[in-house]
Amino acid sequence: MNETFKAQEQAARENLVFTLGNEEYGIDILKVQEIRGYDAVTRIANAPVFMKGVINLRGAIVPIVDLRIKFGLGEPTYNEFTVVIILNVARRVVGIVVDGVSDVINLLPAQIRAAPEFGSLVNTEYVIALGTIEERMIILIDIEKLMTSQEIALFDQAATTI
Amino acid sequence: MSVDLSQFFDVFFDEAEEHLANLESQVLGLDLTAVDTDTQNEIFRAAHSIKGGAATFGFKDMADLTHNVETLLDDVRKGRRAMTTEMVDAILQTVDVLKAMAAAHRARAPLPDSAGRALTERLVAMVKQAPDTAPLHGSAPAASINQIYRIEALISGEHDWHDMLMRLADFPKARVVSYPLESGSSEPLIIEVDGLPADLDLVVDCLCFVLPRDSIRTGTSGAAAAQPVEDDTFGFFDPIVEALVSGETASSGDEDGFGFFGPIPTAPSQKPASGAADECFGFFDAEPPLPQPTPAQPVANMAEAANSAEAPQHVAVAAPHREARAAESSSIRVGVEKVDQLLNLVGELVITQSMLAQCGSALDPVANERLLAGIVQLERNTRELQESVMSIRMLPISAVFSRFPRLVRDIAGRLAKKVELKLIGEHTELDKGFIEKLSDPLTHLVRNSLDHGIELPEVRAGRGKPETGTLTLRAFHRGGNIVIEVGDDGGGLNRERILAKGRERGLPVSDTMTDQEVWALIFEPGFSTAATITDVSGRGVGMDVVRRNIQAMGGRIDIESMLGIGTTMTLRLPLTLAILDGMSVAVGDETFIIPLAFITESLQPQALDVKGVAGHGRVLKVRGDYVPLIALYDAFNIVPKVTELHRGLCVLLEADGERVALFVDDLLGQHQVVIKNLESNYRKVPGVSGATIMGDGRVALILDVPSIISMARAQGHGSKPGEEREAA
Repeated sequence: MNETFKAQEQAARENLVFTLGNEEYGIDILKVQEIRGYDAVTRIANAPVFMKGVINLRGAIVPIVDLRIKFGLGEPTYNEFTVVIILNVARRVVGIVVDGVSDVINLLPAQIRAAPEFGSLVNTEYVIALGTIEERMIILIDIEKLMTSQEIALFDQAATTI
Repeated sequence: MSVDLSQFFDVFFDEAEEHLANLESQVLGLDLTAVDTDTQNEIFRAAHSIKGGAATFGFKDMADLTHNVETLLDDVRKGRRAMTTEMVDAILQTVDVLKAMAAAHRARAPLPDSAGRALTERLVAMVKQAPDTAPLHGSAPAASINQIYRIEALISGEHDWHDMLMRLADFPKARVVSYPLESGSSEPLIIEVDGLPADLDLVVDCLCFVLPRDSIRTGTSGAAAAQPVEDDTFGFFDPIVEALVSGETASSGDEDGFGFFGPIPTAPSQKPASGAADECFGFFDAEPPLPQPTPAQPVANMAEAANSAEAPQHVAVAAPHREARAAESSSIRVGVEKVDQLLNLVGELVITQSMLAQCGSALDPVANERLLAGIVQLERNTRELQESVMSIRMLPISAVFSRFPRLVRDIAGRLAKKVELKLIGEHTELDKGFIEKLSDPLTHLVRNSLDHGIELPEVRAGRGKPETGTLTLRAFHRGGNIVIEVGDDGGGLNRERILAKGRERGLPVSDTMTDQEVWALIFEPGFSTAATITDVSGRGVGMDVVRRNIQAMGGRIDIESMLGIGTTMTLRLPLTLAILDGMSVAVGDETFIIPLAFITESLQPQALDVKGVAGHGRVLKVRGDYVPLIALYDAFNIVPKVTELHRGLCVLLEADGERVALFVDDLLGQHQVVIKNLESNYRKVPGVSGATIMGDGRVALILDVPSIISMARAQGHGSKPGEEREAA
């Protein structure tokens, strides 16, 4: 019940769609601060490989996570087409590297399907629902839950309990 | 009409805190033999504001307590009573209790015990004590009998008099007799107050929040009209008749003059009286129409005569008060995060500007003359902007110093010592962050000086010194540092006793140590040479904490002392918390910043100087000493450009009394860097204390030297830190 409600709630808002490999993911656009190109990062010693490092975002030190590495999508390349989505989650600013950003969509309740128990790169724990637009399937994920998870280990645990 | 006042509570508490601090400092600053009026008024105003606020927000306990203090102060202000040490003590105690009450209210906690009640009783007893028979400045005897006073005020449309009426509701003794029916009408608001002059003052005070002071006139009503009404502050003057007869100006005996109005004579009808009022009033205000001629009213004529004689003086006297009010509102409260955000943005602007300057330098100066001129202009403006923004975070050190007069007074009293406190350089500005962190170490140093430094009066007299010791707190800028000195003219440190104590505690001491080295011993944990432990100090905790606190701020502490002459503790702090002097070093493609405070020297090691120890770790031989060697590329898993030790550089670091040598590829240079927190968006990283943004816009990490040194220690115990971390 709660899940359905949540799915509809997010669907009613606009979703930013990005691609990882062959899959399309939708995240709540209100969590997105901006989209920018990939800059030189400063590596953080002894951090997990998907943690690319930190960048200077107008004076703020912002960590960058490469979701492509996190979800094991082959050899990621960094060039002028690499896209970083800067997110505002849990009152922090973090960046994620994805394959590309396609569009912003509004999903009607009729286009929402319950999340399956399997089948995407992202753990089903973070999948809210599936959206269908014609032939496309968009996996709606709870980006805040994903970014604050222990898996990503982006924040000290004490700090994430809000 | 119910408004939820609780949303304003915080504002009240903040203000009350300020007023209390002000009250405290003013009372402490009082010279009891010659109390000047400004200070008296300042003290009274502070008490009055606290009371008013407390009453408005329903903190009855605070209001009641302050009320008694206010009554005392009012008597003093009016010369009915001389300020005594006893009163000062009582007022200071009240300040303490009020602080406790405010804290309790703020935390919505139960109120502290009955301290307030006992104090109230003490104050009431003082109030009841017959005031001095000989008033201090010869003013007329107080009109302490109940009578009806009238207040008339002209209300122009712009004044929110509904607000004012609401304020008046707090005064049960005040009654609104008539008020203008429409805004802009020349009819005055008439209020009658049935009570003592003090009550009248309160109402007038309250009105002054809303109305310009010079639009308010007061007078007695009824049979008491002829009686001189005594009040020197709020525009309340001797009857004009008297002034004219005596040939004096109406206000000559008063400290200030906001109006030259006599008491309004018993008015059979209100109309003539208010007509007279208009006339007098019209003299000062451009708004109201021409004076209504009411020749039948003698008072009006006299008032007019007095007015024309006194007008210039009136203007001159009123002006300073306006200025004072303007000064009060010339500062604003801003959240620190807003200032920090501003700092960030300016920092970013500086980087953008330097990037532009770099691009510009590649251009042809002739073809791009205007663009280049613009870049130069931008550079100048950016720098100025940065300086101004940085200065927002700066506060005068008086914020820390202000607590010491009270502290010194209390402690000196408890120790039966005579101490004079001198504060020098109170306006020296330093970063807000320091202000908060300085108060504990400084308090400790001051307590130490009072307890161990300055001798008892009889001892001092025996040594041929003045009985009153001097404690000096001095702050000034020197060479990019802020220097704070805590000096006393007491007994000084006793070298022999410190050495003996050091031996007793098994510290490595010798008689050949320099004074500096001996003095430094007192920073050792648990070190105290005090013969007896007092409640003030002498437990031997503290000096080590003081040193640690100061070092944590990036500063250091030195002692100068001479036996029998005195001791001076000198704290040196960097100008701001947010900026760090650092050395940038390169390892592989990466740049790190090492805080300069930890670097003792840098050297190029010889291959022969490096020795392995039991298969783990290496040590570097530096002038006969062996120092653990850490390669930064190892600790941080970086691919270095240089692995042969003799081709790179070693930076010797020292923290907490331990030394390590850190191997890096190269030294790049020395910078002042702005410290950024990694944890605000990420997490704590081992070996890194923060980050900064370099001139090219890239992020560089600032090394956490103490944690790197503990890595070195861990290295001695087992695997190399790099491997350990990978395994984890």
